Amino acid sequence: MPMRDAVTDNIVEFDNLRHNASDSTDQRALALQDVSLTVGDTTLIEDASLSLSGNGITMIMGPNGAGKSMLLKLAHGLIAPTKGTVTWGGEPLNDAGRRTQAMVFQKPVLLRRSVVANVDFVLKARGIRDAARRNDLLDHVGLLDHARQPARLLSGGEQQRLALARALALKPKVMLLDEPTASLDPASVLKIESIVQEAHTAGTKIIFITHDPGQAGRLADDIVFVHRGRVHEHGPADLFLSRPDTQEARDFLQGRIVV
Amino acid sequence: MQDFGEAFGLALSLVASGDADLVEIVALSLRVSLSATGLACLIGLPVGALVAITRFPGRNAVLILFNALMGLPPVVVGLLVYLHLSRAGPLGFLGLLYTPTAMIIAQTILITPIVMALSRQVIEDLHAEYADQFRSLVLSRWQQVSALIWDARFSLLTVGLAGFGRAVAEVGAVMIVGGNIDHLTRVMTTAIALETSKGDLALALALGLVLMVIALGVNALVQSLRMTAVRHAYA
Repeated sequence: MPMRDAVTDNIVEFDNLRHNASDSTDQRALALQDVSLTVGDTTLIEDASLSLSGNGITMIMGPNGAGKSMLLKLAHGLIAPTKGTVTWGGEPLNDAGRRTQAMVFQKPVLLRRSVVANVDFVLKARGIRDAARRNDLLDHVGLLDHARQPARLLSGGEQQRLALARALALKPKVMLLDEPTASLDPASVLKIESIVQEAHTAGTKIIFITHDPGQAGRLADDIVFVHRGRVHEHGPADLFLSRPDTQEARDFLQGRIVV
Repeated sequence: MQDFGEAFGLALSLVASGDADLVEIVALSLRVSLSATGLACLIGLPVGALVAITRFPGRNAVLILFNALMGLPPVVVGLLVYLHLSRAGPLGFLGLLYTPTAMIIAQTILITPIVMALSRQVIEDLHAEYADQFRSLVLSRWQQVSALIWDARFSLLTVGLAGFGRAVAEVGAVMIVGGNIDHLTRVMTTAIALETSKGDLALALALGLVLMVIALGVNALVQSLRMTAVRHAYA
């Protein structure tokens, strides 16, 4: 297929996704409407508007300090916006809605307990006691052999996989991942990408922050580019990675320092 | 009045022979102070944890009150408990004055603020690390409190130890509400005060030695537990 046709198809498909996202009552579809977040005199997010479909893997990219993590926390309801609205499936996110989501943080927040106890904790929080399910999850992320080890003595990649196992234990409709592969070795990155792909295949909407265009190329269906607290671009991954609209995005993708 | 060397020798022989009076006094001291520490932890840890994770109007005033209460004078606590438990007091009908229970109550009141204030600090630090994850998991307040107390358990041992140290070493409150009655409410500190005033330094010194050994032993136990916890990254 000629390059131009491929890109046009992507745009058409993406427009359909966006249309579905805005109309859908799918709880996995996110919409941000003129969202701003101000702390003191500093505006961290400014008039961010965004519609994400309930399907696929959305990558959020942007330079350090762009506001990517804040955007994710706003979407997940960990922070309330100063202005604007955040809705999932057309409804504001409440506790019941947040229970259908799971977030994995850049620095995994592991309890001061064993690996199994970390997974058991989230299962118990949902009223579930199921050792078989817990063991399946640990096996799925390749940590069954480490089950009885103290969680905080695992390597960085293992800790992040445990955080993913904990997130998957919740059987989330949406998984929000804040740079889960930052500072990890390539083997760990591949394992985590494979776990994320499998979750996506199982029907979980993925929203994933990354700095790595290569990773975005491997995983993303669509990409949101954030710079200085603003959503600069949102489009199909192929199109964004090959022909970004803005100079900032071009500079970012070419590895230039973007301030 | 014995000279110090003779008194010290007698004290050692009392400890070595397991003198019945000495054992009785030590056992009662431990019973009273450990019970008070247990009760203070039962009350102080959840309250400290709740204050640590909750923001409410007047929170700073509560923190100041917690810190101020850490320095409660034992004799004042003893006096207040005495006034409540004495026959004319509101709780006089319970008949608790001059019993070990009254001493436990007084020591509990004395050390609960210590447990609350110190645990609040420990748990607040831990909560700063866990807060986003807990919010993401939509945990209830009780789920958060119990998880934080469990995960801070080794640091909280030190908090409990601080409370126990204060309880086992205080004399004013237990003297007032216990009355230092032989074979009933006589504990190490009140016995030391009495025997010293009588000039019987041997028993006083023997009790002092036991008190020191208990303090050092409990410290060593807690320290070794903490070291194990650190090795497993649980502290």
